[in-house]
Amino acid sequence: MTIERELETIDVNVNVGPQHPATHGVFRMILTVDGELVVDLEPVIGYLHRGAEKLSENCDYRQAIGFQDRTEYLAQFNAEQCYCIAVEKLMGLEVPERAEYIRVILAELNRIASHFMFMGALGTDLGAFGTPYMYAFRERERMQDLFEEITGDRMMYSYFRVGGLAWEVPEDFVERTRWVVKEARQGVADIDGLLTENEVFLARSRGIGAMTAEQAIDWGLSGPMLRASGVRFDLRRAEPYSIYDRLEFDIPVGERGDVYDRYLVRLEEMRQSARIVEQCLDQMPKDGPIVAPGLKRVLRPPPGEVYMRAENPRGEYGIYLISKGADKPYRLKIRSPAFCNLSALRTMTVGQYVADAVVILGSVDIVLSEVDR
Amino acid sequence: MIADNPWIDAIVRTLLVVLLVIVVALILIWLERKVAGRIQMRLGPMVVGPYGLLQSVADAIKLLTKEDLRPDTADRWVFELAPFVAFMPSVLTLISLPFTADLFVRNLELGLFYIVAVSGLSIVGLLMAGWGSANKYALLGAVRAAAQLISYEIPLVLAILGVAMVAGTLNLADIVNGQGRVPYIAWQPLGFAIFIIATLAELYRNPFDIPTADSEIVGGPFIEYSGIRWAMFFFAEYINVFVFSVLGSLVFLGGWNWPLGNEVGWPLQVVLILVKTSAMLFLFMWLRVSLPRLRIDQLMSFCWQVLLPFAFLGIIINGFVLVYEWPDVMLGLLSGVAALIAGAAVYRGSRRAVPRQPWSLVSARGID
Repeated sequence: MTIERELETIDVNVNVGPQHPATHGVFRMILTVDGELVVDLEPVIGYLHRGAEKLSENCDYRQAIGFQDRTEYLAQFNAEQCYCIAVEKLMGLEVPERAEYIRVILAELNRIASHFMFMGALGTDLGAFGTPYMYAFRERERMQDLFEEITGDRMMYSYFRVGGLAWEVPEDFVERTRWVVKEARQGVADIDGLLTENEVFLARSRGIGAMTAEQAIDWGLSGPMLRASGVRFDLRRAEPYSIYDRLEFDIPVGERGDVYDRYLVRLEEMRQSARIVEQCLDQMPKDGPIVAPGLKRVLRPPPGEVYMRAENPRGEYGIYLISKGADKPYRLKIRSPAFCNLSALRTMTVGQYVADAVVILGSVDIVLSEVDR
Repeated sequence: MIADNPWIDAIVRTLLVVLLVIVVALILIWLERKVAGRIQMRLGPMVVGPYGLLQSVADAIKLLTKEDLRPDTADRWVFELAPFVAFMPSVLTLISLPFTADLFVRNLELGLFYIVAVSGLSIVGLLMAGWGSANKYALLGAVRAAAQLISYEIPLVLAILGVAMVAGTLNLADIVNGQGRVPYIAWQPLGFAIFIIATLAELYRNPFDIPTADSEIVGGPFIEYSGIRWAMFFFAEYINVFVFSVLGSLVFLGGWNWPLGNEVGWPLQVVLILVKTSAMLFLFMWLRVSLPRLRIDQLMSFCWQVLLPFAFLGIIINGFVLVYEWPDVMLGLLSGVAALIAGAAVYRGSRRAVPRQPWSLVSARGID
């Protein structure tokens, strides 16, 4: 008589974060692993909750712009733009053309900078020894220098205003920006050459964390995550705001919705953003007002509510604003794209390897202060 | 013989090895930071000493003065002994490495066998560290390290075995002398490629740094170590890199042989071995900085499905050529063709699993 006994194994809980190099901030995952396989994942968020929405309700409309920078600290201009447009919609303000162009240029540059950050972080999550990070940061640094020259700050720009811009851009803005875009294109090519066709990168990113188009829509994904799954939806095209209806650009779409497609979509988006910036620089009026005329010092939008959504580097960034006629927003709600994208993390990760969990998290491209707000 | 008395001779040679260990480790750490810095458009260490040369010394002093922490839950003796167990094999391997025709501690008849066997022992130290730390990351890392080392030892040994077959000896000095003007890399390109890849895995360096993966398990077995115990793991790692670079240059690159003639004096021999070893070291550093990391299952399947069959193929080719006494050129030709096939297989394989489809760019203007 033979005694057959299966080797008994137990699942182990492994805590990743909030202090962990791969969590992009203070995110925490409680992984249940069976050997190297992830059988369950519980995300824990809230370590960076500062109550940005509530704080904004205690500031007047202009002061609340600063909280947008602190909420979305990798794509500050995009967040500021969305908020400003929301308030302008509420007030029925017309923004001067030159200000619109400068806003779009800065927002698209910021999108490139944010995607550079993604490329570097993804490379590090995949275990590259910091080289993609350094390549990406060289380009990002040039943009930050430009932003600093314009706004006076490297991170918390607070440059857009309801109705226009805070002040005029420097005189050499057009030439500087053209040079920065040219360099950024070279930087994109460098990243492309370093990662896209690398066998190890292919092995690690293809077929990992795949989401079908239906799944992506069901989970409410947006931005590059959604487009990587094959849904051609870009708010700049679907609901053109600002001057996006005058610009020509393509919307890259992935086919398998895996990490590799998310990477490719972002890579192509950077090229398209560079295209947009170049068009804007050509079309931009040489001079003119940068603030809507006749603005009062204290903004009191008429009672009403508005929902403005904009295509941010991470997806659909939404501002829901209720005004009761006072100088402060009655309610300000931020629809955070990274938060919604992150909600699908468990679905994407369970059944994959521990090492993949890190890569999938990296492919979501989270900004924790935006997730927690 | 350095001294007449065999005891004094042995002690002097051992002291030289210990000195070599320290100097080599410090220089390699500095060099790696410098090379990585240059590749990443940085300067690397620049502050301590000229070109930051003394940076490793400063780091070593800092690590020496740090508190030697031990977690409460750790298995005390296992935890505290692990660095020594990991460190000793790398020193032991240095003993039997001949650097030039007469600069060595003890040239063993079975030198090649000895080095491969002893260097594999360091895994015991890693396992002890992983188990003794009472930390899940450390345990994961240690288990990964063990699985990786056991798998990659086989293709490594097979690659070296090919050379031993051709040379007809396991004595490293004889292997070098047997190469003459043409190093074995010309006759064994497949073996050399497998040796490099398997060595990367043995040394836990990118793209095979899975046991210590920074972005997943944060240093693996070393996570709970601090101060000098952690530094010993680091030292052992770099000594191993050095040992395998020397081994590679001896076995495949012709060691101290000058390609334009066999007999050269010892100063030139030292220069030659230094140059060849540096080339290997630079290759390892270059690969480390350029490549992302594989996943543990991919690592395993790569070993068993690609490296191992081709390593056996190399042995078979060697066997045929030696038994039927075909000319040496056939050896290089067949091995080169096999290496190309292996490369093509990897290239195709990495793109096959999920076929890459043509990029679909849809100009949205006018369509939506």
